[in-house]
Amino acid sequence: MAGRVAGKVAFITGAGRGQGRSHAVRLAEEGADIIAVDICRDYDTVSYGMSTEADLADTVKAVESLDRRIIATQADVRDAAALNAAVGDGVAQLGHLDIVCANAGVCTVQAWHEVTPAVWQDTLDTNLTGVWNTMVACAPHLIAAGGGSIICTSSTAGIKGLPFLAPYVAAKHGVVGIARTMANELAQHKIRVNTVHPTGVDTPMGTGLGGLNPLIERDQNLGPIFMNTLPVEMVDPRDISNAVLFLASDEAQYVTGLEFTIDAGNTIR
Amino acid sequence: MTEVAGKLEGKVAFITGAARGQGRSHAVRLAQEGADIIAVDLCRQIDSVAYPMATPDDLAETVKEVEALDRRIAAREADVRDEAGLKAAFDAGVAELGPVDIVLANAGIAPMALGEELHQAWQDVIDVNLTGVFNTVETAIPSMIERGQGGAIVLTSSTAGITGIGGPSRGGLGYTASKHGVVGLMRSYANTLAPHSIRVNSVHPTGVRTPMVVNEVMQQFLESDPAMGQAMANALPVDMVEPVDISNAILWLVSDDGRYVTGITVPVDAGFTNKR
Repeated sequence: MAGRVAGKVAFITGAGRGQGRSHAVRLAEEGADIIAVDICRDYDTVSYGMSTEADLADTVKAVESLDRRIIATQADVRDAAALNAAVGDGVAQLGHLDIVCANAGVCTVQAWHEVTPAVWQDTLDTNLTGVWNTMVACAPHLIAAGGGSIICTSSTAGIKGLPFLAPYVAAKHGVVGIARTMANELAQHKIRVNTVHPTGVDTPMGTGLGGLNPLIERDQNLGPIFMNTLPVEMVDPRDISNAVLFLASDEAQYVTGLEFTIDAGNTIR
Repeated sequence: MTEVAGKLEGKVAFITGAARGQGRSHAVRLAQEGADIIAVDLCRQIDSVAYPMATPDDLAETVKEVEALDRRIAAREADVRDEAGLKAAFDAGVAELGPVDIVLANAGIAPMALGEELHQAWQDVIDVNLTGVFNTVETAIPSMIERGQGGAIVLTSSTAGITGIGGPSRGGLGYTASKHGVVGLMRSYANTLAPHSIRVNSVHPTGVRTPMVVNEVMQQFLESDPAMGQAMANALPVDMVEPVDISNAILWLVSDDGRYVTGITVPVDAGFTNKR
């Protein structure tokens, strides 16, 4: 049986591990070839360890074991030139581009008065400007292909004012704005643009959010905002990938401008 | 001393559920700003509602408070579920006070119950809180359009019109469904009435210190689930807001201060929905 995205090529940022790797594997399972980028370096401002070259190599291995092709490059979404080069190189090797997952992101936890200028800038640069750079790098290739699907990773923090995450919340709300505008501007080219909004996901970044607990202890009134409705604390990367797969596939050919929550009911409580 | 003109000088407001609680507060607040009031209230009990509802004495008290402000008020007992009765009360009020500029569809019930519950609770709350709002707006619209002077309508929804609270009882589910439904009505009316310069918005209070909320049955409901206590807490350090807090939001929406505001859901909720 042909896969749900058979013959398509997907560009994925932050593909070294976590949700990005999961998207790469899930799309490859359904027949897509992958262009993967990841920074593979730590930030001074981020407390948890970020992905490594070995992580990205594992993503390559996982995709190749599915008999799909993958072009993986170390690239920083904050660096538009590097991103353009990575996309251009990938398209040259794999033929075309149909799917974009603007997934790369960082997250730090702190009360508002503990947000340093560097934390603010790194978060906005990566989570918001990085998504923009990704779209700008990819849109011409999608137009050339006669259409496509862009999926931007936002968050429940792109819908709600989650406390202790101010720069992250600002960036993730901003992603919704970019997606809505681009959904309008790119529609004439049959390019769809949607956002996915996960609740906490069981990834190295999600686990790095343990710093929330002492802050919630200090202000327990703010605890319930993080609670999911369904009886599950964190979802799996694959839960998000399944939503990404749907949005990437032709099953969603008329779905655009959507805020797609995969949040165990977090935002409806 | 210079007399400062009220924000609603010369306007007439039609208010349902005006005998007490938020409805009375709206009548008084709007009267303070110069409006005359056409007030209706059921002034009778509905079987599925466990707390005591408003009485003819309550409505008489609203009349007294508006008249104490030197404003006119035409008050009648009427049921928002009864289109003909509502229209008769409306028409009689207009005959006395002149054409209506402002409509506040405020009448509502909250038949949440623990344990024993009348099967009728679902239908009653939908009839009052949703069909009643529809009847109220439908009653007022023709004269407002015909007059051609625009106007402002505010529908009273709830935080339960934005979030899935209200509990699992027939009445609680009906309450949440009806208050969500009010948002749909508001959005549609805002679109269809905009060409006539009639603005339509909804307000979404958190718990308000009124007889509908401050009664034994509601307190039992709120205390029935300890986890709910924290989840139901407001963000601002206040357990309940006062009726006048809602009236002040409505005053802004219906006055010229809000002249280009239509189609919006206005939470007056001490941060309740934002913290969820």
